[in-house]
Amino acid sequence: MSLETLGWQGLVILAVFGLSLLIATYCTYAERVIAAFLQDRVGPDRAGPYGLLQPLADAVKMFTKEEFFPGGANKALFIFGPCLAMVTALMSSAVIPFGNKLTFGDTIVWLQGIEINVGMLYVFGIVSLGVYGLMIGGWASNNKFSLLGAVRAASQNISYELAMGLALIAVLMMSGTLSLREITLQQSVAGEWHFWNIVKQPLGFIIFCTCAFAETNRTPFDLPECEAELIGGYHTEYSSMKLGLYLFSEYINIFVASAVMSVLYFGGFNFPFQYELREWLISNQGVGTDMAQNIITGLGTVALFGKIFAFIFFFMWVRWTLPRFRYDQLMRLGWSILIPLAIFNILLTGGLITFGVIK
Amino acid sequence: MQSLSNRAKQVEKKPFTLAERAYLPAIFQGLSITMRHFFMKKATIRYPEETRPFSPVFRGLHVLKRDEAGRERCTACGLCAVACPAEAITMVAGERKKGEENLYREEKYAISYEINMLRCIFCGLCEEACPKAAVYLQADKMAPPRYERDEFIYGKDRLVEPVSPDARSKRGIQLTDEQAVKLRAQLA
Repeated sequence: MSLETLGWQGLVILAVFGLSLLIATYCTYAERVIAAFLQDRVGPDRAGPYGLLQPLADAVKMFTKEEFFPGGANKALFIFGPCLAMVTALMSSAVIPFGNKLTFGDTIVWLQGIEINVGMLYVFGIVSLGVYGLMIGGWASNNKFSLLGAVRAASQNISYELAMGLALIAVLMMSGTLSLREITLQQSVAGEWHFWNIVKQPLGFIIFCTCAFAETNRTPFDLPECEAELIGGYHTEYSSMKLGLYLFSEYINIFVASAVMSVLYFGGFNFPFQYELREWLISNQGVGTDMAQNIITGLGTVALFGKIFAFIFFFMWVRWTLPRFRYDQLMRLGWSILIPLAIFNILLTGGLITFGVIK
Repeated sequence: MQSLSNRAKQVEKKPFTLAERAYLPAIFQGLSITMRHFFMKKATIRYPEETRPFSPVFRGLHVLKRDEAGRERCTACGLCAVACPAEAITMVAGERKKGEENLYREEKYAISYEINMLRCIFCGLCEEACPKAAVYLQADKMAPPRYERDEFIYGKDRLVEPVSPDARSKRGIQLTDEQAVKLRAQLA
């Protein structure tokens, strides 16, 4: 890898980092506006046009609040908790392919932080590290409600990661690779009639989506924070920007989960008729081959972000529709419904592959 | 057991059907309901910019009327203060001097006239009690919110209809008996 490529890759990583933060910032705004609209209200509209400066006002509020440490709390771990949650949330977006390649003469830039052949495994690893952030924060607070929330978060994430992994295996059986870029490219091949994975894996997608809700601690699986029983769960004792980091990492996790679902099941940066559009650009508009590919890549990135935003909207839509599960219901759903379903899905996929129905 | 009212209903607890146990149909039903609300007309009234329409018989902020010649109608008879169930109205009566005929309609007038809007219950009895048709509750104006309690004591400067060259009551300050006597002495 040349120094120039490294530089480009660094730029891409910076852009992804900035974008994750920006999207998480505006998720807070979107959450409030969507909540308001679903409840026949108008939501924040005072700060700036349509309230678009609301996240800035929130940030100022968060930063200027009192930094509070509960008595008897383990100070180092108390600070480490939100940091870990934030770091893991930001790290997981590194392997997601946000677009195909851009070609400038000899330089080829892939719109992806890093390409590794175990991409999906990396995402899983980082996401399961994220639960340590909640666990450490809840434990360090020296508060029984925080600890209960943290314990719930840990057991819930572990339970649902199993079903999530099993649902993923069915996808991997078809793709034969863990690289997210490969999985994306396989979902659309030039000259062939290819479908996105959602068509081949509807059951797997439902399981994966449900688990993604549980992994990001979103309603109806937001038992770790559960205001009604646990005050605020693991972040009961947190104030100021440390609380902000927890809330922020949740939104970044939603962004990443949406991106992963788009890549795995909805074709990532592919969009319908991209090859036809490319041919048309080259033959009818006289655009160069590289330039045509760059245009398609740009449109593909836009398409991927469209899919991601649709998923983020879905996350919020569900939050303001469904009530919270009870803890035993949550565990029964995870262990005795989703895991058997996921195993059944693996068998089904295996059978269909064996008989050549799907590949 | 025999029901006394004969209105008791037998409740049957049926086992869930497969569709009910699968959750998903119910979830999609709920999602469609919330999505309908997403596009509905919003109930919010953005207050300072938008206001609700007032009813024509709304009883809002008081006003002390002038007559056709621009003279104050109030003669400080005190009937409004007597009628007021909340004892929100106080006034100091004074005698009209020579040369003030263009300001006050009758020989007696109110040197100060104050309504405490925090006490007032906006019942409109003062309006009914007034023999000179001087005090009215406006149908299109509310007492606005303020930061201090004494700002809610409305004197003649804020009650009398506009064009008030001789507003003797200072804004929001109620006259003590001593001050009232002094004021009357000055005027005499």
